Order: sequence, then C-alpha cells, then structure tokens
Amino acid sequence: MKPRAGTLFAAAAPAAFLLAAPFFLSTYWVMILTEILTMSLFAMSFNLLFGYTGLLSFGQAGIFGAGGYFAVLSLIHGPSSLWAAFAAALLGSALLSMIIGWFCVRRDEIYFAILTLGFGMMLFTVAHNWRSLTGGSDGLGGFTLPPLDLLFWRGSLADPRHFYFLVLGVVFLGALLLYRMVHSPFGLLLRSIRENTQRLSFVGADVRAVRLCAFVVAGTLAGLAGVLFAFFNRIASPEMLHWSFSGKAVLMTILGGSGVLFGPAVGAAIFYVLEHVITAHTTNWMVFLGAILVVLVLAFPRGVLGSLLHLAARRRGRPRP
Amino acid sequence: MSAPIILKVEAVSRSFGKFQALQGVSLEIPRGRLCALIGPNGAGKTTFYNVISGRYRPSRGRVFFEGRDITGLPPHKLVKLGLLRSFQITNIFPALTVLENVLAPLAVMHGMSFSFWRSLSSQKHLVEEAMAILERLGLAGQSHREVATLAYGDKRLIEIAIVLACRPRLVLLDEPTAGMNPEETERMIRLIHELAERSEITFFVTEHDMKVVFSVAQTIFVLNQGSLLAQGTPEEIRANPAVRQAYLGGSLDAERA
Amino acid sequence: MDAFLANLFNGLSWGMLLFLISIGLTIIFGVMGVLNFAHGSLFMLGAYLCMQFVRWTGSFWTGLLLGPPLVAAVAVAIERFFLRPLYGRDVSLQLLLTFGLMLFLDDGVRLIWGAAYHVVQPPDALSGSVAIFSQSYPLYRLFLVVLGPLVGLALWAFFSFTLWGKLLRAAAMDRQMAEIVGVRVPVLFTAVFAFGAWLAAVGGALAAPHQSVGPAMGERIIIESFIVVVIGGMGSFPGAFVGALILGLLNSFGTTFFPQVQMALPYILLAAILLTRPRGLFGAES
Repeated sequence: MKPRAGTLFAAAAPAAFLLAAPFFLSTYWVMILTEILTMSLFAMSFNLLFGYTGLLSFGQAGIFGAGGYFAVLSLIHGPSSLWAAFAAALLGSALLSMIIGWFCVRRDEIYFAILTLGFGMMLFTVAHNWRSLTGGSDGLGGFTLPPLDLLFWRGSLADPRHFYFLVLGVVFLGALLLYRMVHSPFGLLLRSIRENTQRLSFVGADVRAVRLCAFVVAGTLAGLAGVLFAFFNRIASPEMLHWSFSGKAVLMTILGGSGVLFGPAVGAAIFYVLEHVITAHTTNWMVFLGAILVVLVLAFPRGVLGSLLHLAARRRGRPRP
Repeated sequence: MSAPIILKVEAVSRSFGKFQALQGVSLEIPRGRLCALIGPNGAGKTTFYNVISGRYRPSRGRVFFEGRDITGLPPHKLVKLGLLRSFQITNIFPALTVLENVLAPLAVMHGMSFSFWRSLSSQKHLVEEAMAILERLGLAGQSHREVATLAYGDKRLIEIAIVLACRPRLVLLDEPTAGMNPEETERMIRLIHELAERSEITFFVTEHDMKVVFSVAQTIFVLNQGSLLAQGTPEEIRANPAVRQAYLGGSLDAERA
Repeated sequence: MDAFLANLFNGLSWGMLLFLISIGLTIIFGVMGVLNFAHGSLFMLGAYLCMQFVRWTGSFWTGLLLGPPLVAAVAVAIERFFLRPLYGRDVSLQLLLTFGLMLFLDDGVRLIWGAAYHVVQPPDALSGSVAIFSQSYPLYRLFLVVLGPLVGLALWAFFSFTLWGKLLRAAAMDRQMAEIVGVRVPVLFTAVFAFGAWLAAVGGALAAPHQSVGPAMGERIIIESFIVVVIGGMGSFPGAFVGALILGLLNSFGTTFFPQVQMALPYILLAAILLTRPRGLFGAES
C-alpha cells in the first residue's frame, strides 16, 4: 500500500521533532527521549511477536539483557570498539533467540507465554549468579564507551546529545526493518498465523519455521535495544533480564496499541511521561499503571494510538481493521 | 501425467477404539467427474474426508492420488501434491481483508514465506492472481473489506477462495452450503458448476442438502454406517431402494435432509 | 542426617504453602480457563490482612479466620467487574488483565502498609522449637508440614463427596457440558474464583509467621505457583499437591547442594515438562 499524503505528513512531524530535539530540549529531556527511543525498539520488537504473530512472550527481557551483557563483555574483554560490541550483541542475541525460539515455538498461547518466561528467568539466573563472568547482582559496569567513529564524523559518546543521535540512528534502522517486514509477504504470514494458525498450516506453510524466524528477529532487535540500554546506564544489570522487565514491554505495547507498528513507541513515550508526572506526587506509581492497564484491556484494547487511528479511519469512512 | 483416475480409495477402514467408523470403503473418482458423497448422520462422511485429506491415518487400506500412494501423508504434504479440502465450519483468517485471505496461501504457494523486505503490494503477479480468483467468486469488489464483516455466504466463498489459491487438482468440498440461505445456496451451486466446467479441478462434494447434490453431481456415493452402500448416477441413486431405506424415506426428494 | 531433615522439613513446609496457593490457581484455570497472574497478590493480601488483625487483636487465629474471607470478597468484585467482560475473548487479554491487577495490588499494599517488611509471630501454641533427632526445629514449620496433607485431605473429600465439589470437578472437565446440565456458569465462576482466592489467602495468612510479610511476597510466589501448576497439570488437584512438594523440596535441597543453579532449577524443570509432556504430570489430555 503506497502511503497516503496524510500518513507521510503524520510521519514527518514526529521525525522532524526527533531530529531537532537535542537542539532545543534540555539535557534532562534529551536523556528521557533517549530512554524512550531505546524502550520503543524493545517494545516494538516484542510486538512483532505479540501484535503481529499472536505470540505473547514474557521472556524478551532475557534476550534484551543478554544483548546488553554481550556488548559490555565485548568492551571489557575485547577490542575497545563500538562496532565489535554491537556485532557481539547482535550475534549473541540472534543465536540465543534461535536456541530458545526453537523450543518455544512448539507450543501455543499460554504454554508459549510460560515457556518464554521460564527461559527468560533461566537467563536471569545466569546473569545474577555467575559472578565471575557477569558481576552477579551488582551488574557489569566499569567500562568506558569508546568514541563513535563513523566515516564522516568522530565524537565522544559521553555527550548525551551525541549518544542520543546514535540511539536515534539505531532505532531508526530497527524500525525500518520492522516496517519493511510487516508489509512484506512474511508479515502477512505472521498475521495469518495469528488469525488462524491451523488453516495456514493446512495450506502448506511451515508455521513453526515462520514463527521461529519472527522470534529470532524479535530477539535480535531486543538484544540491540539492550545494548543501547546498557550503554545508556553505563552498566548491564540482572534486572534487565527479569520477567518484570518483560512486563514493561508488554505494558508499553498495550498502552500504545498492539495493532499498529508504532503503537509500542507511542506507549513507551506515554509510559515515561506518566512516570515522570506521577512520581512527582507519589512513589506508588505502579498502582496507577496497573489501574490504567486494566482500564485499557477492558475498554481500549486497541491502545491509545490504535484507538486514535481507528477513530480517524471511521471518520474518513474507511473502516480500519 | 494426467491419470484418468484422480483418486482411488482401496478398502479403507478406520476405527476409534472399539467404534468402527469406516469399514472397507473403496471407490474411484475419475478426473474431472463431479462426485458427491452422501449418507445419513453418523455414516462416516467426515471421517472419510479426514482420512483422505490426511488428518487421520486409515486403520487399514490405502489411498491413491493420481496413481501415487498418499496413505498417511499429513495435510500440508497433500497440499503440495494438489489435494485440498475446504471446511464445513468456516475456517478463514478473520481480521485479514478478503484480498489478504487469498494472498496468504498464494504467498506460500509461490515460496515467498520468508520474503521479508519486499513489499507485498509490489508483488504484482501475486495480487493479480488473487484478484483473478476473487473475480471468479464474485468477491473482487470487496477485496479490502475485513473478512469478519462479510455476510455468512461470502465467508463460505472465502473458504473456497483459499483452497483455489493453492492450485489444487482435487478439492474436497465439505458441506459448502452449510448454514446458507436459499439464495446463497443457488449461488454456490452455480459456482461449483462453473468451476467444475472451466477449470482443471475435480470436485468431490459432501452435502446434507440433497438439492445441491442432485443439481451438481455426476456420480453419487452413498455411505451408511461406515460402508459404501451404493454408487451411481443421480437417477440410479434416487431409484435405489436400499438408499431410500437408509435415509428412512423422504429426504431424497430434492429437499433439505 | 540433620541437614537432610532440616532441608526436608523446610521443603515440605514451603511446599504446603505453595500447595494452598496452587490449588486455587489450578482450579481457576481448570474451570474458567483463566491464568490468574494476580493470584500471588491475593496470597500476599491474605498475609497482610492477617498481620493487620494480629496488630488489632493480638490473635493470629483471628487473622487466619477473618482475613481470607475479606480477600475472597475482593476476589468476587474482581471476577464480577473485571474478568467477566473478558470471557470468551482472547486468552492474552485475560492474562494481561490479571497482570495489570497484579501490578495494582502489589503496589497497593505498599501504599497502605508501606514498603517495610513486617514480622508476625506465630501463635503461642505453635511458637518455639521442638527437638528432632538432636536438632531443634521450629514448631510452626512442623505445624505447616502436618497441616498441608490435612488440608489436602479435606479438599479431596470436598471434591469427591460434596455436591459443590462434584460440580466443580465436572465443570473443570467439561464446561459446556456443565452448562447444558444446568449449572449456572456465571455463579460457578464467581464461586470458583472466590474459593481459589480464599485458599490463597489462607496460605498467605499461614505464611505470615513463616516468612516476613513484605510487598515482594506476591511477585515471588506467583511464578513458583505457575511452575507448580504447569508441572502438576493445569486443572489437576493431585497435580498441585505433587507439584508443590517437588518444588518445595527442590528449593530447599537445591539451596544446600546446588546454590549457584538453585534459582534456575524450577525454570529448567518447567521448560522440561512443557516441552516433553505439556499437560503436566497429572493433567488431562487436551
């Protein structure tokens, strides 16, 4: 489907904002935006499985965190090169996803959710207990970020604005891959699996292989987001792999809408804004988040972005699935 | 290559525990011959279809498709050979559009399952083939509608569209007019005629609606309590006293069973 | 020998608490098809209410008696207003709803009682230690070890001999049939959910003297009870018992003999079961 003029404009505005943000926002907000972008990638990768393929995974944090650890380990024990760190994380996450995915795609629905939770927590245990390798519960820090060395530009990532642009670039690439993917034949098959797994296998598709492919892509992108997260915080910590961290991706996706590619990104933004606003008044912001999630599931299962788009389409007279 | 007998069932039996659902059923379907399978409730029609379409293995006997032994092969392998089945309970992709419902099996057929970078809409040949199928079924105008919003009769047509997308040579139509009103049933009868005449596909229909059966079938097989009771042309079947007996009379007179 | 016994009793006492919370979870899943993420929070609520009653009245038994029915009342409200609209819809939605409830409740207790951990003393009759094979062992833990099978027996009798019990079992096996036979499913669902919650809350109240009462209780036990239910078989009552025992013993012996891997053992067992025999040890063929 060729994007309409309206859609292009709707995409241009946030893109312009994101590009210009570091030049007019305070450092504090640039850093919040950086975190939002990172979590957007994580949540969107989760949603490739959930919204598009119908697979609810509570274990994505395991691979997200593993990606972070792989990158940090590479910096500590390997060459002081960003490229090497990213490569290590991508390779490691892809491999991990392949192994875990091979097991998990054999099961459906609830069993899949619990299996992924189990594997995620196994990874958490490794990160938490293997002190000599991962620093144990203290996490793995004590590394410095090497400067970013692109062909045309070289600069230190200690500057939050530089780091922001690195994250923006990486997330853009990840989002681009996801965009192409969901509009491709493969993307159609993912949605077909979500709608009627059995029928798709009855027309000759290898459902398990397609699911595994989606799982590996989702895991690799999650690992990529994990690198950004670990670099941002200057530490890779076990909490990144805990199932409650997976819960964050779930929350952001439901907040923004699982039926839209950028729903989770919008959800991530809403999440951080809400956190910022609510924690200014109380430390018990999970109470609000839990309540919001309940309300969303009951009344607005399409999420914020999803509901908005649905309304807009209804106005235009063209019902949107 | 073009075997005259497209489907040969040889003494197929199937039991579930102590219950004998099928007993030594043998039949042959000539290519291009529109055949129908009828029988009272519990006769074993569904089990028979499940055996031929690969869902169950027969306890005894063999199934040959175009001369090749396909006994026990699972459904997705049969698809590759050209044997497909439509479902009595509509089994489609609800939240996808009409076009997407046909594009999905087409993508699989064309080996594009893992093509993840090229956009679907740029695959002109896929879209054209999908639209051609929809045209044949009269659904082209609704190509962008979400299938869940379609009328029941149209949903049953999507059921068939999915099957057609897989370029079948033999299609098992499992109660295609199930739940349809008279108008929709008429449409389906005409459609089956058209498809049987214009395409290379052999149709094997099972139905409760005798009107449909007698309108479309060239050969009718009658199943009763797991065995083949009779086979023949519609006139022969109608006149067959054993068949009348099996149906406890009356229901063969071109009314709904 | 002493270490073995200590591990054994620790494992069994923890196993019995797990059993109480897991029965509720497994019955709810068996009858309603809902995997209740918030079940651990209900357990925790039982513990907190017990603690509160102890503060007010000084009596543990009051807490044990009055706390759980309150939690059951909360559960009735949850089922009626939040779960009911989602029946028949996507399973993921139900899971997400209970997940949201879990977040709400887990932080809610923090709001009401603060984030600190509280100690609840066991009742006088059950406090102190007992000498077993030259080692002294907390009496309360022994009490739990003995209580567990008794509760199990009582529940088994309930399911086998009473009308309500039989109805529950029937509905767990075949919901549609139960409806056809005339069981009023909405009422049944509310009753099942409340019953499961009551059991979890009793477990929580009993757990209060066993471990300190704190806001992370719910989160910690929900995953363990998921594992118990999966290992034992979703909807299976004996499965919950055996699964809870296995996990309890795995925890205590694991901590002593394989401390590094201990944390992962339940998950490894979980994955192994799900991959080889997804219906669990005692579950029904799906």
